[in-house]
Amino acid sequence: MTRMPSDKAPTTITQGSRAEGGIGESTLRPDGTLKVTGEFAYSSDMWHEDMLWGQILRSTVAHAEIVSIDTGEALATPGVHAVMTYDDLPTEVRHYGLEIRDTPVLAHGKVRHHGEPVAIVAADHPETARRAAAKIRVEYRELPLITDEASATAPDAVLVHENRHDHHAGHVPHPNIVHRQPIVRGDAAAAARRADVIVTGDYTFGMQDQAFLGPESGLAVPEEDGGVHLYIATQWLHSDLRQMAPVLGLPEDKVRMTLSGVGGAFGGREDLSMQIHACLLALRTGRPVKIVYNRFESFFGHVHRHPATLHYEHGATRDGKLTHMKCRIVLDGGAYASASPAVVGNAASLSAGPYVIDDVDIEALALYTNNPPCGAMRGFGAVQACFAYEAQMDKLARELGLDPVEFRQLNAMEQGTLMPTGQPVDSPAPVAELLRRVKAMPMPPERQWESSEGADVRQLPGGLSNTTHGEDVVRGVGYAVGIKNVGFSEGFDDYSTARVRMEVVGGEPVATVHTAMAEVGQGGVTVHAQIARTELGVAQVTIRPADTQVGSAGSTSASRQTYVTGGAVKNACELVRERVLEIGRRKFGSYHPAWATAELRLEGGKVVTDGGEVLADLVDVLEGEAVEVEQEWRHRPTEPFDLRTGQGNGHVQYSFAAHRAVVEVDTALGLVKVIELACAQDVGKALNPLSVLGQIQGGTVQGLGMAVMEEIVVDPATAKVNNPSFTDYLIPTILDTPTIPVDVLELADDHAPYGLRGVGEAPTLSSTPAVLAAIRDATGLELNRTPVRPEHLTGTV
Amino acid sequence: MDFLRPASWQEALAAKAEHPAAVPIAGGTDVMVEINFDHRRPEHLLDLTRIADLYEWEVGERSVRLGASVPYTKIMENLRAELPGLALASHTVASPQIRNRGGVGGNLGTASPAGDAHPALLAAGAEVEVESVRGSRRIPIDAFFTGVKRNALAADELIKWVHIEKADGPQQFSKVGTRNAMVIAVCAFGLALHPATRTVRTGIGSAAPTPVRAGAAEEFLNAALDEGGFWDNGRIVPPSVVKQFAQLCSGACNPIDDVRGTAAYRRHAVGVMARRTLTWTWESYRGARRLTEGAA
Amino acid sequence: MMRVNVTVNGRPQQADDVWEGESLLYVLRERLGLPGSKNACEQGECGSCTVRLDGVPVCSCLVAAGQAEGREVVTVEGLAQLAGRRTEDGELAPVQQAFIDAGAVQCGFCTPGLLVAADEMLERNPNPSDEDIREALSGNLCRCTGYEKIMDAVRLAAARQQEAV
Repeated sequence: MTRMPSDKAPTTITQGSRAEGGIGESTLRPDGTLKVTGEFAYSSDMWHEDMLWGQILRSTVAHAEIVSIDTGEALATPGVHAVMTYDDLPTEVRHYGLEIRDTPVLAHGKVRHHGEPVAIVAADHPETARRAAAKIRVEYRELPLITDEASATAPDAVLVHENRHDHHAGHVPHPNIVHRQPIVRGDAAAAARRADVIVTGDYTFGMQDQAFLGPESGLAVPEEDGGVHLYIATQWLHSDLRQMAPVLGLPEDKVRMTLSGVGGAFGGREDLSMQIHACLLALRTGRPVKIVYNRFESFFGHVHRHPATLHYEHGATRDGKLTHMKCRIVLDGGAYASASPAVVGNAASLSAGPYVIDDVDIEALALYTNNPPCGAMRGFGAVQACFAYEAQMDKLARELGLDPVEFRQLNAMEQGTLMPTGQPVDSPAPVAELLRRVKAMPMPPERQWESSEGADVRQLPGGLSNTTHGEDVVRGVGYAVGIKNVGFSEGFDDYSTARVRMEVVGGEPVATVHTAMAEVGQGGVTVHAQIARTELGVAQVTIRPADTQVGSAGSTSASRQTYVTGGAVKNACELVRERVLEIGRRKFGSYHPAWATAELRLEGGKVVTDGGEVLADLVDVLEGEAVEVEQEWRHRPTEPFDLRTGQGNGHVQYSFAAHRAVVEVDTALGLVKVIELACAQDVGKALNPLSVLGQIQGGTVQGLGMAVMEEIVVDPATAKVNNPSFTDYLIPTILDTPTIPVDVLELADDHAPYGLRGVGEAPTLSSTPAVLAAIRDATGLELNRTPVRPEHLTGTV
Repeated sequence: MDFLRPASWQEALAAKAEHPAAVPIAGGTDVMVEINFDHRRPEHLLDLTRIADLYEWEVGERSVRLGASVPYTKIMENLRAELPGLALASHTVASPQIRNRGGVGGNLGTASPAGDAHPALLAAGAEVEVESVRGSRRIPIDAFFTGVKRNALAADELIKWVHIEKADGPQQFSKVGTRNAMVIAVCAFGLALHPATRTVRTGIGSAAPTPVRAGAAEEFLNAALDEGGFWDNGRIVPPSVVKQFAQLCSGACNPIDDVRGTAAYRRHAVGVMARRTLTWTWESYRGARRLTEGAA
Repeated sequence: MMRVNVTVNGRPQQADDVWEGESLLYVLRERLGLPGSKNACEQGECGSCTVRLDGVPVCSCLVAAGQAEGREVVTVEGLAQLAGRRTEDGELAPVQQAFIDAGAVQCGFCTPGLLVAADEMLERNPNPSDEDIREALSGNLCRCTGYEKIMDAVRLAAARQQEAV
């Protein structure tokens, strides 16, 4: 009746049937047809004969001791096959975590945030599982709440985690601080004395959610050898595996993982969600177990973007040169560490923005609190900082009477500039040029809402809600630019693995690419096929489904996959090509001297000399032979930041984007319509221009959402989430979204494959502050907080 | 849970009499969300989608008899002239998909203070015809909303028709949300000019425990328009009058702070919407007057 | 538990042991082997589960399974067939092909709902303005694309449809 996943018939195989073209072409997605016909199998579409449904019981309070858990009634419910709590976990390893293993698989002794998993149920129908979970009685004794920096670091503060032994525990000033990174360069205090103008600001950045459309889900199938096979939507199969196997008490080779269709990620699938729970229930019951979160649970089932408070001080001379910058960035990491240490590293190291500032005094830290755990989301650390430093740039320009774009250009970094960490930016950094380009784009016409039949409300603030026909509508324009690191930083061994096979199938040379890269929508599968075609000169490329039968590809995050797994595929293809040429030399070398003397390449299914002479058909070279290479590939290494000074070559690559926002604000009602969000970005080399545009426009709109509507609201009195639904956590609709003209610059980074630059995150940085700047321009208000709500624009907070 | 599928109105009434706690379901906009999210597990669901009467409307001499389940899309497409305020309000409901299925009966049944139809019904003037096996009665819209998500229905009653007065003058509807589409009202405002009776009626949504009319504001404006002879002379309503009216509308609010907006904002926004909708409707009234005079 | 009979994509289907609180979406996905309609919010706030019920686009998560008894449903799996009845060509409906060609698909989770909504709009309004497209698709959230390529795709489908006439 329905599809049954099996390793023999992978559900996400993507063939190169419609896709043609090498790098630089807008090749179409190989999975496009499956996705438009509804046949593409997402993790929530998995189905198995005899499968059970898993359900998670989550804490109803944020911080409490668990006095007792009574599962008796739930277990006795007809149709229920298993109920598990902490005490039922199979081994002594009962915690997991990306970097710090501080997250209990099921709550033990206490809960640290609202919505923490306490017990799991497997039953034959989701409703049976839900009803049974509701019958589990948990008695809580509430504990004092840690909700902000003051409560976290008070002398008598309750510790969110007692007995920390992680590698940050030794250097943080308080156990409720996950990680702290200062950066000191030059002498900010002395430089401040040279400043003619000093501006300060306190900024607040709300808690954003990834709000990917496909909620967390997966299917765990027990295997005959005592292991388990998990079909899952994730960003990094091997990271999941590394965290899961010890908790399941299985060696890694008995936990097989296959990537299912992923309905978006944006950082929210970097941590585990239901992976271990589904496997535990499958192993316990001996039946396949499917878990699908609904939207409500999804808001509790993944980490969010860190909310932050940021204090900044900038100085400048009268002629518009920045003298110094001091900042303090406090990120709320919530109850568990997740990616907090890396977020701190990014926030600190990128806090100065894409500007030349020799004298800086920077501090960034992340707190442990009882708020929802926060971790990875597109552009993490850099997004929060960019919102604040770009507001500061506008403030300074205003104080100095300078044009905000010219002021930025005057201080823009370029190739060779030293970062606050002392790291030189050793590839193009066209910051001033991106600003110039975005400013040069034609402005959208005024009053587009006017038509012969009166005002078209769809083009006005308020949209279909019919709140204004043009009254009190004021236009504003704002600019912003940002800097984001690409890849994993601070000495992390950030590698990827690719297996490439070349053989003759049906009389045609075919390349097969196998990686564990998580395709989450970004188009990595398209690019891998393009790389293989370019490097191996074949038309047919088969992309194998991602699984753990091949080495790690690292995470689909940090704008890194095209760089690192793309690099790995390129590298493996080059090795395959060498082997193919060796075979060719062996078979045909004696027929033509060019086999020994000329530079050879593979093109159009043939071996060709650099002069264009055809030496052999690949079909003949590969007849009776198959070439296969699996190889790890690394970008150049990075180093940790010094814990005291923050100095170090911590990043691999930097990426830059600039935005110009044009908004119209109904100043009386405080409603905003973004009319246009123009973007200019340097991508080094656009391997697939259509996909590049998709990344830039998608990232831009996530930034727009953060500017005017998106925020998880946590009640400070209870640390509970007030709006875990799509009714009250709003993301932009197509009527909230403007046209997004994009100017793509391609200045090669010589260190990167094909000169490419990671694309995915940079546009999410500058979009939010550009919209804020435009709203400030329209209203004259200071607006130190994002998202901006109507009450902020109307003085009715 | 039982799923009751009455094929006729009489069967539906009988089912409701037998199971007074049965939850009626038509468009599913509210009920299905409550079931999907585990907020409600009624013993009986009473499906009303098979009762053709509820999907019909009839334009009468003085009012429109609107079936409880007529989808918002149909109201927008077919009743814009007769019920301009409700048509505008219908257009702000959720999404095209929801508008294709949801109707005013469900809005009234849920009786949320944020229901989009309510301010328009209050402003236009309406009666809700409800029926049970005991008989039928008409509840004036002003008496319909009795508390937060509570209405004047008895347990065995179902909403059959809504009788809405046909517009005798311009009507407007505005709703504030923090998104340009698919958004629940932070607050909403409906206004109808009734030249026939020389009155103005209002409706406020999401700014008090129930949808309410701004009674004092209506009285003030009715008197001011009357005193100045504005209905006859068609002059622009003086800004001071508009301002006072808007303030009185704000004053009619009794809002709360919640995740969608602050009480202060709601009061403020209702005032702005009152000012604008009065200006729009009055401009339209003046335009129509000039046209008639020109023709005469 | 109950039995539900419903015609889906032109084929009569029967589902047994349906829990009374189940949605049409659940029945399609879990009982009838049609997982193309997506479950992303279950509250009518995202449009990923959009199907046509007796011709009209609705959120199938808000239709109780029992309400679909005897009705006709078209899902994304039936779009090509539906388009085939109109134009008699192609393996994909024009709007499906346009979504691929314009780069309107990234993760693709919103795609089935968008396609059903866009296809129905083009049937009603073959020459839509940009604002018409935006209004018609305002009940369908997409988190990946920023909607620009979706606009391109619908414009492209409209243009191709015009050419074909």
